[in-house]
Amino acid sequence: MKRYLSQIMASILVNSIYAMINYPVVLINTLLAPLSILAVVTFASHGTLLPVAALGALIMNMVQSGTSMQGDLSHLKNDMKLQDMIVSSPTSAGIYILGMAISEIVYSIPTLTLLLILNFIFVKISIFGWLTIFLDMILIFTFSISLGFFLSTLSSDIVQSWAFSGIISPLLTTIPPVYYPITYIPYPWRYLSYLSPTTYAAEIAQSAAGYVKLNLINFALTWIILIIFTIFIFVIALKKSRWREI
Amino acid sequence: MHIQVNDISKKYDTKVFALKNISFDVNLSGILAIIGKNGAGKTTLVRILSTQLLPTSGLAFIDGYDVIKEPQRVREIIAAVPQEARAIPWLTPIQTVSSYLMWRGLSYREAREKGREALRILGLEKVENEKNRKLSGGQKRKVLVATVLASEAPLIFLDEPTTGLDYLSRKELWELLMEMKKNRLIILTTHYLEEAEILGDLIGILDKGKLLDLSDIQSLRSKMEYPYSIKIYDRDIKMVVNGIVKDVSDGLQIFTNEKNVYEIIPKLLEKKIKFSVQEVSLSNIFEFFVEEGVQDEEVLEPNNGFNSG
Repeated sequence: MKRYLSQIMASILVNSIYAMINYPVVLINTLLAPLSILAVVTFASHGTLLPVAALGALIMNMVQSGTSMQGDLSHLKNDMKLQDMIVSSPTSAGIYILGMAISEIVYSIPTLTLLLILNFIFVKISIFGWLTIFLDMILIFTFSISLGFFLSTLSSDIVQSWAFSGIISPLLTTIPPVYYPITYIPYPWRYLSYLSPTTYAAEIAQSAAGYVKLNLINFALTWIILIIFTIFIFVIALKKSRWREI
Repeated sequence: MHIQVNDISKKYDTKVFALKNISFDVNLSGILAIIGKNGAGKTTLVRILSTQLLPTSGLAFIDGYDVIKEPQRVREIIAAVPQEARAIPWLTPIQTVSSYLMWRGLSYREAREKGREALRILGLEKVENEKNRKLSGGQKRKVLVATVLASEAPLIFLDEPTTGLDYLSRKELWELLMEMKKNRLIILTTHYLEEAEILGDLIGILDKGKLLDLSDIQSLRSKMEYPYSIKIYDRDIKMVVNGIVKDVSDGLQIFTNEKNVYEIIPKLLEKKIKFSVQEVSLSNIFEFFVEEGVQDEEVLEPNNGFNSG
């Protein structure tokens, strides 16, 4: 157990703590994306969408962890050849990925703290509501980390990895109704937004906070679809990605 | 450290064999240098043995552990620095080495202690808190070598660790590797033949995915028909010799056997021609093994009055 903790800690140190200590400017980087959209939506709606957008920023932060992990893993694998060194060591693929996933959370702690403060101030909900949002965030985080890991195994260089990040981020966070309620999207475009798992995550969070009304069946269905999305991409990531090349 | 490789082959998507029926059995503490041209299969062999890549067919065992079926056991006793590995620029040397040791399972404290010790041995203690990006090329390589040195793994793979380094930096690394090889096996690939000759207790010659030979330098020489080289600093000399004659930049080079050396030297002394005699170098051996034409041991007849006979 101690050994696994050391191995997980090594990933956290390399991928987040040392990066933050040695280059403090990276802290601003993680803050900027969720807060800038939050600001735009808040100003454009004259403040009325601030609570919804604050929840959306939390979701974006979780998705951003996955896209960051995709970039970090492929950079360490393709440019530094670190992954090959790790493969030839006692660290297993699962432990390495777990460590890297946690490192992404650690990396976003400053953003997460700020967003949680904003949410506690502007989003008035019960403890049950917060628990729902917490589980929702864990699911979307698992989804994005799995997607990030899967894409990192596909990318052979940093340019490809940037392209993946550039595609994922708007498709999962900017375009879908994450920062605003889905009812703002007219039909038939609303159907398209249901292709993104973040739409379901946002609906769950918005309904937990009382901004969207979902009946029990729809609420259950939203959870089920989000869980299916997450399991699907998790299994694909496990099956398609290879620790040892063939 | 005992390594058995039985009939290992590797074919990539291109359907070209990167390795073809490689077999060897080595029980050694020291350095096994693998040489070969670019694309000879050196990296593929190292990646298979260091559990990074699966072979298409064949078996390999490291200290009795099956490299294909028991990679976790093998990974406990190996450490590898891949070709083109780079020290992560935003880390310091001590952070680089200690993190790697933590991935090997050491606690933070142990990793820092062992990391410091390895950096001290490599003469990097003064820059241990500098960012890697600020270090020279040689220092960056040393940081990577320090990671595997500190691991105390009994089998270390270094894939072209000195590529791109200047001569003095390479020499420094050689000295370090000579120290490191005590009590462990280092499998080192290189295309610097001088490096393989100086460092290699055993030398494996790979070409087009085939292992042409694996022996110590003396055994390789003994397999040569002409194990001696006489360098003559005069192109106009006329003499009949038994061996291979080559034009070189500053004269002629004769590859011949011991008996002929004793015949040629008195003639050269008599004509007061400047010359030097030595055993053939690994470069010469490599050329004989690998290069087309020479490997068939043709007798060359340059148009300079020197006749082979």
